Amino acid sequence: MSFVEYSDFIQDGDVAIVYMGHESMMPVKVQKGAQTQTRYGVIRHSTDLIGQRYGSKVTCSKGGWVHVLHPTPELWTVTLPHRTQILYTTDIATITMMLELKPGSVVCESGTGSGSLSHAILRTIAPTGHLHTVEFHQQRAEKAAEEFKEHRVDRLVTVRNQDVCKDGFGVTGVADAVFLDIPSPWEAVRHAKTAMKKHGGRVCSFSPCIEQVQRTCEALADQGFEEISTIEVLLRVHDVRTISLPVPDFGSDPSAQTEPDAAEKTDAAEKNPPAPASAPIQDTVAMKATIPPREIPGHTGYLTFATKPRT
Amino acid sequence: MADNGDDESQYRIKGGDYVVLKRGEIFKAVQIQPKKKVIFEKQWFFLDNAVGHLYSTTFEIGSGGVLQLRKLRDAESSSDAKEAGTDNRNIVDDGKSQKLTRDDIEMLKEQGLKGQEIIQQLIDNSSTFRDKTGFSQDKYIKKKKKKYENTVTILKPSCRILAMMYQGREPGKIRHLRYDTLAQMLTLANIHAGSKVLVFDTCAGLVLGAVMERMGGYGSVIQMYPGGEPVRAGVESFGFPAHFHDTLHGFPICHVNALLAGTLDTTAKDPSADSKQSNTAAEGKQNQPEAERQGSPEEQSMETSSCADGSHEQEKDEKEKRKEARAQEKKVKQEEKRRKLAAAAALLEGRNADGLVIASQYQPCPVLMGLLKFLSPSRPFVVYSQHKEPLIECYTKLKEHGGTVGVRLTDTWLRHYQVLPNRTHPLPLMSGGGGYLLSGTTVATDRSKPAGSQQAEEPAPKRLKMTDTEG
Repeated sequence: MSFVEYSDFIQDGDVAIVYMGHESMMPVKVQKGAQTQTRYGVIRHSTDLIGQRYGSKVTCSKGGWVHVLHPTPELWTVTLPHRTQILYTTDIATITMMLELKPGSVVCESGTGSGSLSHAILRTIAPTGHLHTVEFHQQRAEKAAEEFKEHRVDRLVTVRNQDVCKDGFGVTGVADAVFLDIPSPWEAVRHAKTAMKKHGGRVCSFSPCIEQVQRTCEALADQGFEEISTIEVLLRVHDVRTISLPVPDFGSDPSAQTEPDAAEKTDAAEKNPPAPASAPIQDTVAMKATIPPREIPGHTGYLTFATKPRT
Repeated sequence: MADNGDDESQYRIKGGDYVVLKRGEIFKAVQIQPKKKVIFEKQWFFLDNAVGHLYSTTFEIGSGGVLQLRKLRDAESSSDAKEAGTDNRNIVDDGKSQKLTRDDIEMLKEQGLKGQEIIQQLIDNSSTFRDKTGFSQDKYIKKKKKKYENTVTILKPSCRILAMMYQGREPGKIRHLRYDTLAQMLTLANIHAGSKVLVFDTCAGLVLGAVMERMGGYGSVIQMYPGGEPVRAGVESFGFPAHFHDTLHGFPICHVNALLAGTLDTTAKDPSADSKQSNTAAEGKQNQPEAERQGSPEEQSMETSSCADGSHEQEKDEKEKRKEARAQEKKVKQEEKRRKLAAAAALLEGRNADGLVIASQYQPCPVLMGLLKFLSPSRPFVVYSQHKEPLIECYTKLKEHGGTVGVRLTDTWLRHYQVLPNRTHPLPLMSGGGGYLLSGTTVATDRSKPAGSQQAEEPAPKRLKMTDTEG
């Protein structure tokens, strides 16, 4: 297992995702002899996980079972231990495309936070790219570096514990893309420019508040960035349901007999006068439909993108 | 790649390159060919002069369609020191505020005046311009710029640019797949270097190209295509280096059933060429198909070509002596085709693909159910549809069939913002539909068990319980 490479079988030291349901997943560090408690009972790593194929059904001690999934940045995003607010997959997907990330890209990011976006970036830029990520909170920086090692992506990433607004990204003229998720991104815009290749590149700043966006856009324009554009992407989930709608009883319908053919009218009426009563009345209609969840995220943050022209 | 920072050549425009022209928010993909007339935004020009310049350079279109490097704009700031009104209480729309007539403007154009100069003329001859508010003046200039500016920027193609281009120019061709939806697809399918991905794309090849860009020439992409030939127009526009194409395989969807049933014969005449093909794929899966590659090649050639041009073989036999040269040529082509088919079949046969991306105008349910069989367990898939209803059917079918978890039906809303001092707001218009996605992850089932995996799983009835917990 690695976050940048699929493997078929679960090995000692892997991170596996235990899937119990849509809203119920957890990451497990696979270790010989270790046990994990789930609501379906205990999973014994040595017998239940190690050597099993990713995607297998694993029976827990209470007889219930779970699926064990190969880790991906997307699964990690919904299961990771939060140390900060994190970016979710909808925004991450947009950021990745709009920053034009691909294998070989060199990316600067700040702050590292809980590493949700970092894992997605690493997946995309592997095997030849590099991520320079800056986190001013020492513990968080250390924790992130530790995770990257556990997830076997540490060769692709450098974590720096410094203040990006004061000290920049620690690199000059190497980045194809810069991502900012900090409270005052406008203070880091000039550092972003310094970090980027002289041939130019793309920058993105994520901010929850419009005032932050306003100041960032001004700073970007001042620093000569072009194609400044602010967007917002919202995910809508559609739950599929079978619904059945009752049909009200309109009572007996005399026109049903009189309408079809005027010539047969008398004939038909004599033959079966109580027709509505004998005909089966369809009182419900069943169909497949979608409903939105009761509550959905209405706002995460504004994404401001810009292009650094070549200098 | 970090070391490539100084390598200028990859940033320079070369003859034969596929590039994207840009003006304002309008894009157009073209190939740079000598002395080829290009029409873009009602203007025509030649791209010959662009060769040798760096990407992202902006050119002015001179007389005779010659591109000239745009001079740095010092003039732009000159009009900034200006007076402005505070409101529009005294501005009357009498239709006479512009002193220049239509003919005057045409004359300025014929004189070969630069866009910027025409705009300045328009401003100078507008009696109300000075009374407009600063915001209103900006808006006026912006509008005129859009109309009179005769510049074009030449960009290196990317998934971002091409997706936006298709959306603006030919949304019908890409089944109204909005660029943010495409972005979701690539991420939900965990597209990355080194994997083996199945793509069924009838969106002009845009999705296929996007997948290839994300894979960076590592791993393999198998394009499942309907009809005789795969559509790859969109892929061309990406201008991938040659080695990317070595990782791209095509497999006609009409052979899927035969392949699943094990009756597809892909015996090739030339084993050496075969190994060359499979070597390009990162997966070292040569072993399986090797065994099948022996046997009578003459017979096989008829079988494998049955899909597209089965009658050709017979025709050839009849007129062999007279048309030997042509037949030979055809034979070579068929041989090539068969070799490619064999290579793609070999990649599929292991049923161990790492991802599946479907974006087409076809009924998605049978496509999904058919192609899911080629995926390893614990691998993501994503299906795009312009309409929600076909995906509801897919969802229902997947739940009945089992073998998948985390199935979700989603779409995204995309909102653009105008961000300007004291004028920040969402743009009044937003795209009404960018399509829907069904995504999920495969898991091992007792039914379609890939060879060599563990059998120690729960019996099928337990599945019901899972469905319950998922709601």
